[in-house]
Amino acid sequence: MRAVPSILHIDMDAFFAAVEQRHKPSLRGKPVVVGGVGLRGVVSTASYEARVYGIGSAMPTAVARRRCPNAAYLFPRFGAYHEVSQVVMGLLREVTPLVEPVSLDEAFIDLAAMPDGGPGTVEDVRALARRISDQVEQRTGLTASVGAGTSKLVAKVASDAEKPHGCVVVAGGSEQEWLDPLPVRKLWGVGPATADRLLKLGATTVAQLRALSESELVGLLGHAWGGQLYRLSRGQDDREVSPDRETKSVSVEDTYPHDLMDRPAIRAAITELAERVVRRLKESGHTGRTVTVKARGHDFTTVTRSETLAAPTDDPRLLIPAALRLVDGAADAATGQMHGIRLLGVGISGLAEYAQGDLIAELEGLAAEEDEADGEPEREGEAAAVRAQPDPAPSAVPGATAPSAVPGAPSAVPAVTLYGPVPVASEGRRWLAGKDVRHAERGPGWVQGAGLGRVTVRFEGPDTPPGRIGTFSVDDPALEPVDSAEVARAALPARAVGH
Amino acid sequence: MKFRVERDVLAEAVAWTAKSLPARPPAPVLAGLLLSAIGEELVISGFDYEVSSRSQLPAQVEEAGTVLVSGKLLADIARALPNRPVEFSTDGPKVQLVCGSSRFTLQTMPVEEYPALPDMPKAAGSIAAGTFAAAVAQVAVAAGKDDTLPFLTGVRVEINGDTLRLVATDRYRLAVREILWKPEIADLDAVALVPAKTLHEIARSLTGGEFVTLALADTEAEAGQGLIGIEASGKRTTTRLLEGEFIKYNSIFPAEFTGDAVIETSALIEAVKRVALVAERNTPVRLSFSTGQVTLEAGTGDEARASETMDAVFEGEDISLAFNPGYLLEGLGALEAPYTQLSYTTSTKPAVLTGRPAADADHDPAYRYLVMPIRLTG
Repeated sequence: MRAVPSILHIDMDAFFAAVEQRHKPSLRGKPVVVGGVGLRGVVSTASYEARVYGIGSAMPTAVARRRCPNAAYLFPRFGAYHEVSQVVMGLLREVTPLVEPVSLDEAFIDLAAMPDGGPGTVEDVRALARRISDQVEQRTGLTASVGAGTSKLVAKVASDAEKPHGCVVVAGGSEQEWLDPLPVRKLWGVGPATADRLLKLGATTVAQLRALSESELVGLLGHAWGGQLYRLSRGQDDREVSPDRETKSVSVEDTYPHDLMDRPAIRAAITELAERVVRRLKESGHTGRTVTVKARGHDFTTVTRSETLAAPTDDPRLLIPAALRLVDGAADAATGQMHGIRLLGVGISGLAEYAQGDLIAELEGLAAEEDEADGEPEREGEAAAVRAQPDPAPSAVPGATAPSAVPGAPSAVPAVTLYGPVPVASEGRRWLAGKDVRHAERGPGWVQGAGLGRVTVRFEGPDTPPGRIGTFSVDDPALEPVDSAEVARAALPARAVGH
Repeated sequence: MKFRVERDVLAEAVAWTAKSLPARPPAPVLAGLLLSAIGEELVISGFDYEVSSRSQLPAQVEEAGTVLVSGKLLADIARALPNRPVEFSTDGPKVQLVCGSSRFTLQTMPVEEYPALPDMPKAAGSIAAGTFAAAVAQVAVAAGKDDTLPFLTGVRVEINGDTLRLVATDRYRLAVREILWKPEIADLDAVALVPAKTLHEIARSLTGGEFVTLALADTEAEAGQGLIGIEASGKRTTTRLLEGEFIKYNSIFPAEFTGDAVIETSALIEAVKRVALVAERNTPVRLSFSTGQVTLEAGTGDEARASETMDAVFEGEDISLAFNPGYLLEGLGALEAPYTQLSYTTSTKPAVLTGRPAADADHDPAYRYLVMPIRLTG
């Protein structure tokens, strides 16, 4: 075991909610809940203002709404979170080459891997942890909590000990003493279920847990977990910080507020999920070969089906049809007795960092170029209108131009086309709460809410004062979605000089 | 029924016909070969509703007749027989087969349950058997192997007067071969999409004779009725055409190229094979061209890496192109030319391989192998 607490755990404070508050001035200091907003959604992150009402991660959003009806309930904007996360991970890699990102908002780093051997004393570690914490704040405008210990377990528990904006360094040799008074829930991996079982044996603190024998724990929790918990309660954790844990797959899934009953609805949903997962795949700079579709029926029967393509790709024109080919089989298998699909997911694995060029896509690209040439006069008018604005918006508007019909696109699913953006059906544009938008006259803002054919937008940006709201028809052509990653990039404070 | 045939002729004909029998016959009769003895000949036929094969061979027929026997068993027996004349005769519901001192009794299946073979369509033209087989092999290499998009598993056969053009693509590469042939009608204009695997096997199995004749059923007829027939020296086969629109492949070929490089084909094949040893699961091989040379590299980061530099006739801006080594090797192999010309526009646009008889000779555009490069995203 190392003598110096040189393993650090950096954990962003209420990350998703904090990014939302950073980008949406009107929400600062107010309860914000990010997660699935529908009937069956669960909370991903609650801001500290919302936690006062007893709202926490993994709680059904419906419960959260009862506890705090006035909080802002927002859909996650992964594009933005990913952008900020990149900055944090980049900063950590400047400190030490040994960085293990655990998720978008947390990472372990090993200071012993620093070129100069890292800090030699507890005080040096504390100074460096403080400096990292300050730099995260400078570069992202958000706070992080840092924990330092001689093992990943202690570092992780320490980062959580004084959240938010905490900095706890547990000196080598004092781990046991420090862990003992903590509730068992604080230990890594102890959730409500394990805590309940431990309570039956009278163990609510780590010290009480430590009084239990290994065989008692194994009897209660099974061999693997019981044995591991026995060691964890003694601060024994020899897991190494492993750099750049390779991303193995990218996936998204949704639980639907009402069971999806018919094939067109299921196919439309899978198309939407596939589009999302392809976007995430591209954002991570990856391509993939294997597409997996997951379907859960009304009675929780869960089925996955997968297909491997000839070559890795990030082309939605290949990946989305693959997901659609799989979904009928998966959905049928998941709905043996009871009709209805409650959850769908799409994953991409077999990741690579290259994409085999595709002739069919290339041909379609050529065809599109020709169309463009044909449509010259109208395009000019459009371009002029965009130029007249001070800050031309990115024009990645799905369906702004009617997608050209492509032979081979099945006609069975009117809601989507296989080879192009979802066409402009007025109900096809989903104005999800929290999403970034731009109005042709009123500028950038975000969706505060939508329903009954109307969408309410608050016009403000990360660096403006809290803004006013405006209400529009959901198919108002002046309103267009904006890539959240772009908003996040613009919101990053200018890099401090001297690093 | 009673007839006598030469053992070698029989064995060859049975083996050829039995090749098209289905591995898992949907109905028992489809596992059979139909033997019809009439006049001076024996006709052996097999059919699985997709592909039909029929071979004709001389026979001394004592009593005309038709029987249906297990194709696989007959092929196994014919191959193993001693080199003596073979005599077939029916004996009630059985067939007696006598060859020298060997004697077999085979069961028969009901002839009336066997489906009628499709008629051979009208002949469209003919071509030297070896030339045809070589051309088919050159394009079949680029055809798709999985049937997600069925048209990708086909070879498009385009007939335009005395030009026969074969095209195939699996959406990552595309091969086009043009050959001259002898059409029945001078201004014949026809198109057919033939399953690549079947066409490849048929063309290869018909190189025994001098010429093959292609026959096309009117493809404008009812959907699903399209048929191509191929005939050579007593053997004829028909196969159902694939349906579906082929891609408009002509526009995929860049109108003009930024540049090209000329490299000795066999040396390049060897170099790609060596470098690709570190390219697991067909990860890309990168080709970097600079004046007078090309450097091949594979592998990235901490993984195993390899590189090799070789001579190339190249002038112009340095360029780097990445390819699936398998696709590259199959194209280089199919060129069958001493020198390879690689023409490109940019690192993300298709590159085209053509052959040159010598480094300073003109390239031969009759065979073109287009390959989509790999784009690096990391």
